[in-house]
Amino acid sequence: MARMTMIEAIRSAMDVMLERDQRTVIFGEDIGYFGGVFRCTAGLQKKYGIERVFDTPINESAIVGLGIGMAAYGMRPCVEIQFADYMYPAYDQITQEAARIRHRSNQDFSCPITIRMPTGGGIFGGQTHSQSPEALFTHVSGLTVIQPSTPYDAKGLLIAAMETDDPVIFLEPKRLYNGPFDGHHATKSKSWADHPAGEVPEGYYTLPIGKAEIRRAGAAVTVLAYGTMVFVAEAAVAETGIDAEIIDLRSLLPLDIETIVASVKKTGRCVVIHEATKTGGYAGELIAEVQAACFYYLQAPIARVTGWDVPYPHAQEWDYFPGPARVGRALIETMEA
Amino acid sequence: MKLRFPTPHSRPGEAPDFSDLVIPAPDALPVPPLTLAAADAWDYANGLVRVLDDSGSAVGSWADYLAEDAGDEILIRGLRDMLTMRAIDRRMQNAQRQGKTSFYMQCTGEEAIACGFQRMLKKGDMNFPTYRQQALLIAADYPLELLMGQIYSNELDPMAGRQLPVLHSARDYGFFSISGNLGTQYVQAVGWAMASALSGETAIAAGWIGDGATASNDFHSALVSAAVYRPPVVLCIVNNQWAISSYSGIAGGGEATFADRALGYGIPALRVDGNDYLAVLAASKWATARARGGHGPVAIEWLTYRAAAHSTSDDPSAYRPRDEASAWPLGDPLERLKTHLNRRGIWSDARHAQAEAEILDHVVAVQKEVETHGTFVDPKPLSPADIFRGVYKELPEHLRRQRQEMGF
Ligand SMILES: Cc1ncc(C[n+]2csc(CCOP(=O)(O)OP(=O)(O)O)c2C)c(N)n1
Ligand SMILES: [Mg+2]
Repeated sequence: MARMTMIEAIRSAMDVMLERDQRTVIFGEDIGYFGGVFRCTAGLQKKYGIERVFDTPINESAIVGLGIGMAAYGMRPCVEIQFADYMYPAYDQITQEAARIRHRSNQDFSCPITIRMPTGGGIFGGQTHSQSPEALFTHVSGLTVIQPSTPYDAKGLLIAAMETDDPVIFLEPKRLYNGPFDGHHATKSKSWADHPAGEVPEGYYTLPIGKAEIRRAGAAVTVLAYGTMVFVAEAAVAETGIDAEIIDLRSLLPLDIETIVASVKKTGRCVVIHEATKTGGYAGELIAEVQAACFYYLQAPIARVTGWDVPYPHAQEWDYFPGPARVGRALIETMEA
Repeated sequence: MKLRFPTPHSRPGEAPDFSDLVIPAPDALPVPPLTLAAADAWDYANGLVRVLDDSGSAVGSWADYLAEDAGDEILIRGLRDMLTMRAIDRRMQNAQRQGKTSFYMQCTGEEAIACGFQRMLKKGDMNFPTYRQQALLIAADYPLELLMGQIYSNELDPMAGRQLPVLHSARDYGFFSISGNLGTQYVQAVGWAMASALSGETAIAAGWIGDGATASNDFHSALVSAAVYRPPVVLCIVNNQWAISSYSGIAGGGEATFADRALGYGIPALRVDGNDYLAVLAASKWATARARGGHGPVAIEWLTYRAAAHSTSDDPSAYRPRDEASAWPLGDPLERLKTHLNRRGIWSDARHAQAEAEILDHVVAVQKEVETHGTFVDPKPLSPADIFRGVYKELPEHLRRQRQEMGF
């Protein structure tokens, strides 16, 4: 075991797979010599050589398109999109190509590519360094969509993603790269050094894709969250004193509906939270699934707390961000309903 | 079979090496006719348009072509613009270090390009700039209060805090709203120029892109579209040698100059010494005259060097030699223009020092005033409800409800 930040855990996952599987290649913008703008690939080019870890031109469509070609050939590319906000030029390649090659060729070809991208806000990055586009991927048949919230999960899930025989979108909540963040932006940043999930095995291990994790057991209300919002939920629960059960989805597609349903049947109440905008957001899907499976157990309408339906603002970042106060209000209203 | 993975000549700890860069004499390329065709433009796309020689004298046919547009006043104005830009860059960089703003990007070493190009634009023309062309605003006399207010995201910010610092928007100054997504706006410039022509007007547009972003799909979209419709657009490529940590060879393998790429689409192109203010004026005069004359699009590769870090989030000593900027063979644009003016007998080191001090005083005075309207350490918060304004022309019902939920 070692102490790792999420950045180090992600790096360690790629390190393990480069070592273990000769088919692994890593590429993206600034990820080679420099080691990535968030340092997730630092040292890997030096260790494994430029043929396996290399810089690409600034063309996200090419990054994914090249990866698809290599994956179809039989390699195992794990590519980085510098910010999720810059994946749009690759959206065609991801949704129309990677996601469908297996199906349209009737299994003649497949596409085992992992596409990593830092997501979410909280770093004063403005509208082009803060987006949470997960719903644009969960809407696409053929994709697997993951978002870890701890170093331990990030490594185990990234290795699992890289071993998946189909395309995986791996969303990294950048506000959690260096430490857990509960939404209280004015207080001092915490580090992973004193968090149990900062304890990470150095070698190979995987976590199952499609399994949620109960972060806090509780009886009063179920909170569904992922990424940064897991810690915001923890803060809201601590501040309201409501005995909530917090479920970290970890995998959005496939969804661990059993864990969710078992919890909501127990609590009879549910609050869904995400940082992404509301309309058409992933919360809508979760709410539909929960109400279909738990309708007769529900004691209150299912609530959702999300970012507002506006482009992510720069200066008013914390007015946009669905922090512990808003989540806490939703918890109280759901309990009182 | 082996792949080629381009690598720069030197990395940290090694000696800077620009030995590949061929710098022809200023009189090597005659001024071509405005009707220059791509097929005849190879020398222009692969040579280098220059005016100032190594001693700082203006020589060659481009100097003659420029002469009436390079009077003493214009050149001193150019120097003052560049000094202003550099002073603002220094001050804003420090303000970020003091936590007064979230982020900043300097254009150190590249000032001549935007300052010079802007001189050849007219009211009604439109730039589609990148984040490193803030000097277009300086040269267009954009109020420094607004420029700095945007950096501080404070009450004076014309975008009311919506955008990251340096992503300005100033329609009346011919400056289109900047996107953080690279490349997207290059093709929009072509569309704007087409609209001008379709509307029977004479305004032109200029697209701006960095060497790194020429790899993006939209770079090709722009060139293809401009080649097809021949609108009045100048397509500027600022080759400052670096794209964050990636040297310019990553963007194209170093197989051809960036200007040369335009030729393949049927668009003539110039490659220009971007650190030579007079060469910038001369090439801009030619390119804008060509566009205004209805002779179609033209591309310009401005050769320069990004002397500062990519942004306040970047530390270039991790990927390039620390002294690479000082080894850049085309020198510093400010120094070169100053030397020329000194030689011309209309400027002196003493006057320069005085101008520099005056400009710094002015910038500091404006900065102090602007800071009274709020900084990140001493904010005067913008209204949270304002984020709902302008998503659509009229506030739709669902946003009105969300605003209410926010408490307004
Ligand atoms: C589509 C997209 N991909 C990636 C980025 C991240 N990014 C911002 S600036 C930059 C480098 C651009 O280099 P260049 O085009 O040479 O311009 P310069 O910074 O040198 O002025 C990168 C990769 C982005 N903004 N947009
Ligand atoms: Mg560049």
